Amino acid sequence: MAALTREETEALIQEVLEIYPEQAKKDRAKHLAVNDQSLEKSNKCITSNRKSLPGVMTIRGCAYAGSKGVVWGPIKDMIHISHGPVGCGQYSRAGRRNYYVGTTGVNTFGTMNFTSDFQEKDIVFGGDKKLAKIMTEIEGLFPLHKGISIQSECPIGLIGDDIEAVAKKANKEIGKPVVPVRCEGFRGVSQSLGHHIANDAIRDWVLGNRDGDDSFQTTPYDVAVIGDYNIGGDAWASRTLLEEMGLRVVAQWSGDGTIAEIEKTPKVKLNLIHCYRSMNYIARHMEEKYKIPWIEYNFFGPTKIAESLRRIASHFDDTIKEGAERVIAKYEGEYQAVIDKYKPRLQGKRVMLYIGGLRPRHVIGAYEDLGMEVVGTGYEFGHNDDYDRTIKEMGNATLLYDDVTGYEFEEFVKKVQPDLVGSGIKEKYIFQKMGVPFRQMHSWDYSGPYHGYDGFAIFARDMDMTINNPCWKQVKAPWKTDASSEAVKAAA
Amino acid sequence: MARLRQCAIYGKGGIGKSTTTQNLVSALAELGNKVMIVGCDPKADSTRLILHAKAQTTIMSLAAEAGSVEDLELEDVLKVGYRDIKCVESGGPEPGVGCAGRGVITAINFLEEEGAYDDELDFVFYDVLGDVVCGGFAMPIRENKAQEIYIVCSGEMMAMYAANNIAKGIVKYANSGSVRLAGLICNSRETAREDELISALAAKIGTTMIHFVPRDNVVQRAEIRRMTVIEYEPGHKQAQEYRDLAMKIRDNKNFIIPTPITMDELEELMMEFGIIDQEDESIIGVTAAEAVA
Repeated sequence: MAALTREETEALIQEVLEIYPEQAKKDRAKHLAVNDQSLEKSNKCITSNRKSLPGVMTIRGCAYAGSKGVVWGPIKDMIHISHGPVGCGQYSRAGRRNYYVGTTGVNTFGTMNFTSDFQEKDIVFGGDKKLAKIMTEIEGLFPLHKGISIQSECPIGLIGDDIEAVAKKANKEIGKPVVPVRCEGFRGVSQSLGHHIANDAIRDWVLGNRDGDDSFQTTPYDVAVIGDYNIGGDAWASRTLLEEMGLRVVAQWSGDGTIAEIEKTPKVKLNLIHCYRSMNYIARHMEEKYKIPWIEYNFFGPTKIAESLRRIASHFDDTIKEGAERVIAKYEGEYQAVIDKYKPRLQGKRVMLYIGGLRPRHVIGAYEDLGMEVVGTGYEFGHNDDYDRTIKEMGNATLLYDDVTGYEFEEFVKKVQPDLVGSGIKEKYIFQKMGVPFRQMHSWDYSGPYHGYDGFAIFARDMDMTINNPCWKQVKAPWKTDASSEAVKAAA
Repeated sequence: MARLRQCAIYGKGGIGKSTTTQNLVSALAELGNKVMIVGCDPKADSTRLILHAKAQTTIMSLAAEAGSVEDLELEDVLKVGYRDIKCVESGGPEPGVGCAGRGVITAINFLEEEGAYDDELDFVFYDVLGDVVCGGFAMPIRENKAQEIYIVCSGEMMAMYAANNIAKGIVKYANSGSVRLAGLICNSRETAREDELISALAAKIGTTMIHFVPRDNVVQRAEIRRMTVIEYEPGHKQAQEYRDLAMKIRDNKNFIIPTPITMDELEELMMEFGIIDQEDESIIGVTAAEAVA
């Protein structure tokens, strides 16, 4: 199918909006846009970070998911207590595939679920005493943990438990950081506020722990990787490149990260931000308080990787600049072989994405390296600064959809007929049943890493084996001829 | 047997809800009715005059001890006192922690599920803390619970203000269910023209002052002995007042959806009765010291 013109895309949006009642139509219209590369500011065309409409199928999460699931959860040597009823922690346990090195249950705790398992009596009489007891038990059972975070579920905010007081007391007793996080699920419109709250908790309870302590030996090449959650090993594939170009990665936030790394981050020379949405807050804080500059980078696909390596190197001396060139040259043969192998199989294939964080714009380059085109993209919980950064990455007249509803997404896919949809687990089976190849782009469909040159090879393989999988030829019923299915499409 | 009547007593904190309720309930029992009191206040002081106890062990504290409310039996929480009046207290947390409202909800659900409201009962009285601060304290007036609300008040400004606010809360549930305002009980503080004032307020809200309970020290004397006046000194004229109240409530048929008044109307009423002066804008926000200078 040929690319849609601006007018056709606009008409498509109007058509999809048609089903809504007046008020909902007015609201949703603000979140759907046709991309226009000439715009500098996205607020001219799209509204984001607003409350979802009641009654629609939104794909968003909550503040607790943003704090515990995204920011804090991957810090591997801390124990994160899901404070409240058991479900929030148990049903999200280990779901994000944040890989880490360590012995789970001894010195690392990433895939375990710690919860205060609230009962009726804890609601009525308050959960403070139980929380204090849990922390004492944790100290006894898991003495090698390096700190505790208290991740508030909804009831904590409703009954007004004073978790800060409990945290301070426990901190004195066990002599390790204890961080209360007020990330009750009902706060804000999506997981986005949870990221911000989690960043603020790190700022207030952890970041300054080594202020005035110069015992850590620094080098001029110290950097921190901020906003890489090591999903399927992403951070490892990124770290290699940075180290090969001569930098020293002092901290990973927070995939395979430790609290000690976080405490040392104020000593670095430059903060490198991958997921801007979830961790720009702490980068801005460190810029203000410690005068550490920060830059965004993108390690999806060789074009963006080379751009990013050079941009990072520009903040350092010639040793590093040469190092960047050396790394790019070193991997050129490797990534060119990947492109040569897969591009002929993927050339011209069209992709629609709907994901969170940085990916709706960051993976575009990787698809383009394989000759593919992203014709629609959107953020679950983006803000307008995300869309500002997206306009230039997307082609003119492509679709932008913010906080897309299940209905809108399905309709867009039906009309645009992309060759691949990349979104989450809830969307996966719907589109596969529609006969559309699908990749789960939150956890890389149990694959990965996708970052770095190593990740690009896996990314290309995964896209190829999904799109060119022979199963899609079997989806159509044998008694339906091509002609009749074309007629069905035309009628639709 | 007549249908079980469920009544809830609301009113400003400290107005004498628990004392009035227990005296009233004793009088109803004396008249031969089978009555139960459900205390809906974490302080758990709604049944002490009936049980001659300091504070009854509450549903929530027993549930916390046993693990959960499902582990309790009705006989663990139900105590029988003066003239076979059945007593339960919902209980709840210490001030400043947890969620007392949820405690009330849990306790009342427990009583219903365990069949505490048996066929033998004529009356259930819910004695609810201060204001209707959240959904939990509105539990007794939701669907299929109390159908009659009595508001205890006095001629003091804040008591009347609270009464009007409670009426607003009742409107919300009255429109969606069968709860009705059944009257104001004036528990006298001996302010000027108190009975006329409360009658006037009641008329404005659409109800009546069902009884004027005069102030008498015998109430305190009885309370020190953890008794109601009905039990402590049955021949006292104050005991007769409570009996009158009990009979009026027994025979009450005047159940209405209240028409709460605005703050301005309330102030006007109080001006009319000289509780507050004619509005004088010049004194608003002026401290005593400033006024002298």
